[in-house]
Amino acid sequence: MTLSTRIWALHLAVLAALLAGSVLLPAYHQTNVAKVMVLATYAMGYNIAFGYTGLLSLGHALFFGAGLYGAGLLVQHAGLPAGPALLAGILAGGAMAAAVGLLALRTQGVAFMIVTLMFAQAGYLTILYNTAWTRGEEGIVIAREARMLFGHDLSADLPRYLAAFALFAAGLVVKLWLVRSPTGRVMIALRENEERSRMLGYDPYARKLAALVISGLYAGAAGAAYGLLFGYVGASLASTQYSILPLLWVLLGGAGTVLGPLVGALSMFYLIDYSSAFTTASLLVVGVALVLLVLFAPRGILGTIRERWLKWLP
Amino acid sequence: MTSRLIGKTPNRRSVIKGMAAGAGALALPSFFPGYSQAQSSEPIRLGFQLHRTGIGASYGRWYERTATAALNVLNEAGGINGRPVEILFEDDGTDPARGAEVFGKLATQSNCDVVFGALFSHVVVGTAPRAAELKVPYLVCSEGHHVASGMLNRWTLQPGITDVKSQVQSMAPWVTSTLGKKITMVFPDYAFGHDHRDFFTAAVAAQGGEVIKHIAIPPTETSFTRYFPQIPAETEVLYHVMVGPAVLTFVKELGEFYGSGTRPEIFGFIDSLEAVDIASPGLEFLEGTHFWEGHPRYKQADASEAEVFYRTAIGVDDNGASVTDPADVATYAHMFSAWETLFVIKAGMEASGYQGPADRQKLVEAIEAMTDFAEGNDHPQGAKTFNGKTHQAFGHQSISQVQGGKLIRVHQTSLEDGYYPDEVDYTSQSF
Repeated sequence: MTLSTRIWALHLAVLAALLAGSVLLPAYHQTNVAKVMVLATYAMGYNIAFGYTGLLSLGHALFFGAGLYGAGLLVQHAGLPAGPALLAGILAGGAMAAAVGLLALRTQGVAFMIVTLMFAQAGYLTILYNTAWTRGEEGIVIAREARMLFGHDLSADLPRYLAAFALFAAGLVVKLWLVRSPTGRVMIALRENEERSRMLGYDPYARKLAALVISGLYAGAAGAAYGLLFGYVGASLASTQYSILPLLWVLLGGAGTVLGPLVGALSMFYLIDYSSAFTTASLLVVGVALVLLVLFAPRGILGTIRERWLKWLP
Repeated sequence: MTSRLIGKTPNRRSVIKGMAAGAGALALPSFFPGYSQAQSSEPIRLGFQLHRTGIGASYGRWYERTATAALNVLNEAGGINGRPVEILFEDDGTDPARGAEVFGKLATQSNCDVVFGALFSHVVVGTAPRAAELKVPYLVCSEGHHVASGMLNRWTLQPGITDVKSQVQSMAPWVTSTLGKKITMVFPDYAFGHDHRDFFTAAVAAQGGEVIKHIAIPPTETSFTRYFPQIPAETEVLYHVMVGPAVLTFVKELGEFYGSGTRPEIFGFIDSLEAVDIASPGLEFLEGTHFWEGHPRYKQADASEAEVFYRTAIGVDDNGASVTDPADVATYAHMFSAWETLFVIKAGMEASGYQGPADRQKLVEAIEAMTDFAEGNDHPQGAKTFNGKTHQAFGHQSISQVQGGKLIRVHQTSLEDGYYPDEVDYTSQSF
């Protein structure tokens, strides 16, 4: 088996397992895994910026929120069908990332983190203040009739799961192709040594902007899908928490690994879900898990597996 | 086969395999739960979406105590339809995304017949779509206008507490006729505050008064002194409603701003001071000011038997604090909704002959058919009317004045004061 075949076989097997979940999982877990796949798509986008290109953003909630509200507001106020709204959400995420990137990428490191955080906070407050359109922190409900995609009711468990799967699968395949392409290798080169990349003739600013826009497209797609699949568009989903979460999912699963965001999002979701049955301090459990991870597996779950056993893991 | 198993001495590998298989089998029931139909002898299971952590934690703590006390009363009286009742509390972190997940967990994992208890509007709005998807009745205790506005669905009802539009509308006549007609409003600059701004401004105008200034406080604000000079000198009434961790700072700084000099009449929503002791240092200037209360925190001289029974059952003293800890002040103005909603569920299940999840639609229809709730042990806050079309209850509101460091009711609105034209007819919507 060639390396390429082995890599594709692994990822297709993961997709097959997720697809099997559509018939094997009971309602509660089917909805949960659907949500995890949407959030993992968001985290895959974050991973493209952070894990592969080295852009530690604290403002990705702005791109997720752009997709969420880009789709949700058009459905709510313009009566747009789900399909075009999803497309609008994707484009809104990408456009927002481009706008922020044009300015924020003039900075680096900690300054980049602060600038992206500030942009995201401005976006969050914009949502809160404009209640006539957004209903602020209360949020808006996407009517069931508006949640129809190609004749399928996205408020029903199976179509929702399959739609989330389709989104995740598309994101995974594109990402796998991207990170193994010459463009992906330049992204990794930028992460490892920006000056050397520049010396080799690559334009770091343009390359990082492209990576951020791709990341924004993923975030926008996930945000739009979240609103359409789960019927709720609210300001809390564009708060700072949603800038931190994808970072944690990626760190937990393994930064710079294709499947890491899925592993991280799934692990953290069920860590909170199960620990909340025993303690109100479920976030403390997550915190302890992250501390243990930093101490014993600083490259995340899949990052550690790649380092110790599966060196071919992309 | 049995003898072979008994006769074999397990080696380490087989023990590990067996343990793994056993652990897997143990894990299976929780991951692949069976869908057992509730039997007639089984308890009725009610899910409670609890703000145990997050910004609503002070409310959640008291909502849990209130619901638990109501449950004890209900079960001692024979339960519902001859069946005992149990409540499963699940923490939603006062977060809308988690709220929807918790709802799904209660409905599909724990097989709860009904879910109730949520207070914060964003949790309610984030959860309501899931209630409609699962076709599980969702009875909220939120006082938001979201139910009666028509933005939610047929499975979501609010029978235990009046919504904010009705609250502010019912108090406007007394405020304008007693305190003054030129009003300045101070409110948080997001949807909760905007609802107060919009509904109260319209209600005051209808009474011939005028809101002469809106002062919106940004949600990230931690100090408020710089906003107070914006209050016009001709203001006769200052209306304030704030929530969140900065509330005490807000009220103290307001007192420092006016000092011992002349000030306008001050009318606030008790939300500003829920779970906070009125006798806290720095709040002395509140003496003589007025508050809206959904349910008077201090035991009033004319307290009804039902009110005394309710207060005793939960363990609240005459000052509105825990009988075991006077510093643990209740969220008394709101928490009656958890109690009353439980008894609406009881009445609805009895009226519909509720047997199990197959009767959930009948339960919603039975509640929609309700029109009046009489004052009594089931409804200690007072009599209410229920509008089945808008899924919203309407109750009396209290206006209390701080006298001698205690809140004394000086006015109670009529039910009619809070009525407004229907904005939705949920009964015309399909299930």
